[in-house]
Amino acid sequence: MKDQNNLIVYCEFDEGKVADVSLELLTKGRELATKLGVNLEAVVVGDNLEGIEKQLFPYGVDKVYKVADKRLYPYTSNPHAAVLINLFKEIKPQICLMGATCIGRDLGPRVSSCLHSGLTADCTSLEIGPHTDPKTGKEYENLLYQIRPAFGGNIVATIVNPECRPQMATVREGVMKKEVFDPEYKGEVVELDASKYVAPEDFVVEILDRHIEKSKVNIKNSPIIVAGGYGMGSKENFDLLYKLADTLGAEVGASRAAVDAGFCEHERQIGQTGVTVRPKLYIACGISGQIQHIAGMQDSSIIISINSDPDAPINTIADFVITGNAEDVIPKLINYYKKNSK
Amino acid sequence: MSFNIIVLAKQVPDTRNVGKDAMKADGTINRAALPAIFNPEDLNALEQALRIKEANPGTTVTVLTMGLPRASEVIREAMYRGADAGIVLTDRVLGGADTLATSYSLAQAVKKFGNYDLILGGRQAIDGDTAQVGPQIAEKLGLPQVTYAEEIVDITPKDITVKRRLENGIETVKAPLPCVVTVNGSAAECRPRNAMLLQKYKYAASTSEQNALDETRKSLIEKRPYLNIAEWSAAFVEADPEQIGLPGSPTKVKSIENVVFTAKESRRIENNDEQLEQLVKELIANHTIG
Repeated sequence: MKDQNNLIVYCEFDEGKVADVSLELLTKGRELATKLGVNLEAVVVGDNLEGIEKQLFPYGVDKVYKVADKRLYPYTSNPHAAVLINLFKEIKPQICLMGATCIGRDLGPRVSSCLHSGLTADCTSLEIGPHTDPKTGKEYENLLYQIRPAFGGNIVATIVNPECRPQMATVREGVMKKEVFDPEYKGEVVELDASKYVAPEDFVVEILDRHIEKSKVNIKNSPIIVAGGYGMGSKENFDLLYKLADTLGAEVGASRAAVDAGFCEHERQIGQTGVTVRPKLYIACGISGQIQHIAGMQDSSIIISINSDPDAPINTIADFVITGNAEDVIPKLINYYKKNSK
Repeated sequence: MSFNIIVLAKQVPDTRNVGKDAMKADGTINRAALPAIFNPEDLNALEQALRIKEANPGTTVTVLTMGLPRASEVIREAMYRGADAGIVLTDRVLGGADTLATSYSLAQAVKKFGNYDLILGGRQAIDGDTAQVGPQIAEKLGLPQVTYAEEIVDITPKDITVKRRLENGIETVKAPLPCVVTVNGSAAECRPRNAMLLQKYKYAASTSEQNALDETRKSLIEKRPYLNIAEWSAAFVEADPEQIGLPGSPTKVKSIENVVFTAKESRRIENNDEQLEQLVKELIANHTIG
């Protein structure tokens, strides 16, 4: 199969602002589209979409599909799925990227199921490359490599969809970098008639009530993160991390194991299935360093690992390794900071 | 009023205890080599089903699982907590399925089962973390879906009201029945085993398990049909061979790697006062902190 078809990103927005994760995917999408020699397209579904393309074009978008209807905002599953399914049948994109958000993870599977196209969740890297089917020997050019840690983060798998289109993938916020391609870039706007893409009977789920609030936790943008793992041992010991974080003006993060054990709330989880962070200082306390965690913090400028196990995997990527109990080391760090800072 | 509820459950490898023989050469998971547990969020889903059952006498809860024959363990586990019956969809030809082939197979089993009002399942399984099978089953069955459910607020013969936990807030939605609801880990924890139910169901066995039993046990199950755990094959649920297992999966695993991260030159800091203070001073001096 030779593809001449384009790459499309489903863009989310709230209060008129396009979501960061969508802009990150457009940045990645531009790179991949250029490599493939195809156009980068975006689709925005919702209400009050006037001028939204102005936020998208600087990322190198060649065409923006806008589907506006009062009933399409806030998001519900069936109508948004219907829009994408019908649009994709028409324009046949070769690749579709979505944010691995509550919306993308609700929408992507429904679309992929209907179109019988493969979907890979929570990719940490996307590349273009060839593939040879090990059984048939059939060769494919320019497939989307969907790369993700799998199996609880113990391995990294490269997934391909040789035969089915579009090749679909979701990516979490913060995983890809957001970068303006050209502030003057101008693409084309295509306004679609919503009633041609979604039927009245698709509006089956009714939103009774909605309380959307800005998350109080902002680990993504914090320059310093103090993160705890299962090795912290208890929820009480996590209090130490908050003390250190308070002292340094940092945020507290956690590994998945610590979240699963109930030491910390999910919104602080760092890693493939949590948040990806790039702080200037990352202090890992009692974190062994599974791939799925490292995938979410390896780009930190300076990493300090405090672990009682001198051979903890995370130590290999740490700049400073302190072998010892976090409970013992953290109070000392707090004291020395107070003593030496002005 | 009463409801017929199907709970989708998965027996998953305990991904915290993964050994070296966990992966097969073709890049799929060697499930036989791993400790298997009840997928945590499927237990949250079961709890929601059991609450509906308690509030609505006559409601039945049937657990449907796809996997190896030993997945009957999760059916028994669910029975000890209040489920009424279970089905294991198991067949060699179903092996190696990606989420799409899995949801097709499960949707076929749901169709075979027939009369249902509600399908509940966990948001995602800990071995793949994809959260795809729930919505894909909904699409295959032409049903609406409600994902990220934290609580079922109300259920009537016509519709269900569900509180959803989203990344940035809460949403309450009403969906018509039948529909698919996937339940978040933040929902109420599943009740523990009940001693009486444990007694009642401890000899529950699937068809293949029954074959290995002695005559006394066999006749016990004959006398007490509720001890029978159904075992269904791909042919029994009339699954199209083209759409199941490895051949029916559009996604293929190209390669699997044990990733080695680029090691940095780490500096070892001894856990003593002098070196720790030196480190803090250094970080303050180069403006990393402070």
